[in-house]
Amino acid sequence: MARVLVAMSGGVDSAVAAALLVEQGHEVTGVHLKLADLPLDDQVPGHGCCTLDDAQDARRAAQVLGIPYYVWDLSAVFEQEVQQPFATTYAAGATPNPCVTCNERVKYAALLERALALGFDALATGHHARLRRAGVPVTEPGPRTELVRAADARKDQSYVLYVATPQQLAHTLLPVGELPKERIRSIAAERGLRVANKPDSYDVCFIPDGDTVGYLAERLPAEPGPIVDADGEELGTHDGVWRFTVGQRRGLGLDHHERRFVTAVDATSRTVRVGPREELACHWAELEGPTWTRGVAPTGPVRVQIRAHGRSVPGRLAPGGSTPGGSTPGGSASDAERVRVQLEEPVYGLALGQAAVLYTADDAVCLGGGRVTAAERPAGLPLASVSPG
Amino acid sequence: MTTYLDHAATTPPRPAARAALDSWLAAANASATHLAGQAARVAVEEARESVATALGCSPHEVVFTSGGTEADNLAVKGITWAARERSRGVPHLVTTAVEHPAVLDPARWLAERGDVTLTVVPPGRDGRVDVEEVLAAVRPATALVSVMAANNELGAVNDLGVLAAGLAERGVPLHTDAVQAIATLEVDVARWGVDALALSAHKFGGPQGVGVAVLRRGLPVVPLAHGGGQDRGVRSGTFAVALDAACAAALRAAVADRADLRARLLTLTDRLAAAVTAVEGVRRSGPTDPSWRLASHVHLLLDDVEPTALALGLDAAGVAASSGAACGAGATKASPVLEACGLQGTPLRLSLGWTSTAAEVDRAIDVLTDLLPRLRTSRGSARRSVVAEVR
Repeated sequence: MARVLVAMSGGVDSAVAAALLVEQGHEVTGVHLKLADLPLDDQVPGHGCCTLDDAQDARRAAQVLGIPYYVWDLSAVFEQEVQQPFATTYAAGATPNPCVTCNERVKYAALLERALALGFDALATGHHARLRRAGVPVTEPGPRTELVRAADARKDQSYVLYVATPQQLAHTLLPVGELPKERIRSIAAERGLRVANKPDSYDVCFIPDGDTVGYLAERLPAEPGPIVDADGEELGTHDGVWRFTVGQRRGLGLDHHERRFVTAVDATSRTVRVGPREELACHWAELEGPTWTRGVAPTGPVRVQIRAHGRSVPGRLAPGGSTPGGSTPGGSASDAERVRVQLEEPVYGLALGQAAVLYTADDAVCLGGGRVTAAERPAGLPLASVSPG
Repeated sequence: MTTYLDHAATTPPRPAARAALDSWLAAANASATHLAGQAARVAVEEARESVATALGCSPHEVVFTSGGTEADNLAVKGITWAARERSRGVPHLVTTAVEHPAVLDPARWLAERGDVTLTVVPPGRDGRVDVEEVLAAVRPATALVSVMAANNELGAVNDLGVLAAGLAERGVPLHTDAVQAIATLEVDVARWGVDALALSAHKFGGPQGVGVAVLRRGLPVVPLAHGGGQDRGVRSGTFAVALDAACAAALRAAVADRADLRARLLTLTDRLAAAVTAVEGVRRSGPTDPSWRLASHVHLLLDDVEPTALALGLDAAGVAASSGAACGAGATKASPVLEACGLQGTPLRLSLGWTSTAAEVDRAIDVLTDLLPRLRTSRGSARRSVVAEVR
């Protein structure tokens, strides 16, 4: 039995996570994180705060389960640590993963710290990933906990949890990672949880309409620049490099018959480069400030995943391990640790700012990873690299 | 076992109030002419007389309401609307920025509708209102001044006697929200010289859902609820016999031991405040002079503590106290009163009452001196401490 704080988003996964923890005999307290200040349509008239529906769904679930429930306003931390870096990373020509940043800076740095200070033993979430200790599923917090891909491979979220340190994993519980999504919904229905049929959310939580460019346009200035091909020939113009992500095909506004992809984005020269798919091939990436779920960098062959729901490819950390930081064009944090990942097969469309996450060679255990600050780019263009917020 | 330090929100019912509630729950309609109705009417009128005696006014001046909010609305809207009916111009209303929303919201609503022009007098940092500033805000068109007897958050007590005397010279009626004051301060309508006053029974050991409006005889008031014409037509609606009787019984009990309670609570709150303010980052707010501070209240401001962490930590430790009001979704919203006073920090109101004991205060001191330092989020140090704890 442990004292567990469970983060309840208002969705079915975290509601079932709370239900399972209660049934396992833990002393459970629910907390709904108020993260983003959403537009007025989503708020209570005249109150100017809070995403009411999700908070109420979470509250109802807590009532059904008979656990204390609180709404925790972390919107100031979220704005500073997630939303602002989200925009500045795009402005620097890279593509952030806000869920990773949120897990690292908000759920782990802010919430877990506070939970432990309040005397809780663990923080639980409804993430789809499994925790194992000596190969056995984890139901109590404790040391030597490993982060393993979810039972439901389609839903696996171990990628966005790679930032967890061994100390943090020792205080984490992920009760739904052992279950397929259908089973989670049926458990919710059996327990009388009204969120049983609530649709999954896929969008970035602070951009509910999914219009990332529209969101960025409100925060970032228009900075026109050229769109060029591999030979440097100008094919068109754009309103700001933050409108583009490496690997992007749609929305280029080019009058062209061939399939063209964004192959590189350079914020310094405001240049967006396009080319055929072959130019996206990438065999190495440099990661800044890597973290390792076992506390040490892996040696030997690994699998590397560069997108939340992408396929992993074989690779390994470059010999010599970490390289102390030197000068980084357009970057900062000169003393942050860097490592280089070598890929045995190329990945296509690796955008700077994304996370490269390493798994064991059998693709089961998440070993950690880091944010990509440099990667192989087509010849003829300066190696763009950034230090995403 | 919960240590209850939230008497300012609701104080437990007095035994006499429970008894009265129980005896009159099955009362007949007090407006009926049959014998059962007559008995019920007697109970209401005896309750009214009892309340009048406790407050130093005439029974004809006592109106039972659904609570403090209705009593405040009745005074603020009813008196200014009546003034508007009698004069050509728009009446002027003076109130303060530390009032309960039951006064401030109707005042602002009236001003938005154009029914009054409004002056809101700012408080000092201690939550008290400067009488001279209020008097200086009065104009020839001023139809009502509304100043609370004591603030519900900071426990700051205002000098109503001096204010009432100044307003009487100018011929301007004074309404006071005495909801928080009643439990520990002598509330005397005649001695203070106020023209209208609001009370809520559950703040002095009565049930929730009943309150009192005192409205001086001869003061015109437009009713909020029209109907059967009960209570001189000022407040229509079937008499709530059991609630009125319980309200009166609680007030009698509260007034009977108020002087003793005040002395006892002053000692307890001072001990509590001294122990808790010894914790780094904990400051006591409100007036420093005990004669201008409610004996029941300890209002604290905490540096680097999040309201939700505080609420959660207190619940987990078995202490019920007020760490702020919740917004629609349940997050804590900022206090307009503290903003008006220019105060910053996370508020924690510890309020004692008639059931409080020294042992309870000792337990509260143990819990708070352990909990409050742990809640501070100087973020770098918190991160280090956890890593150290895990290793």
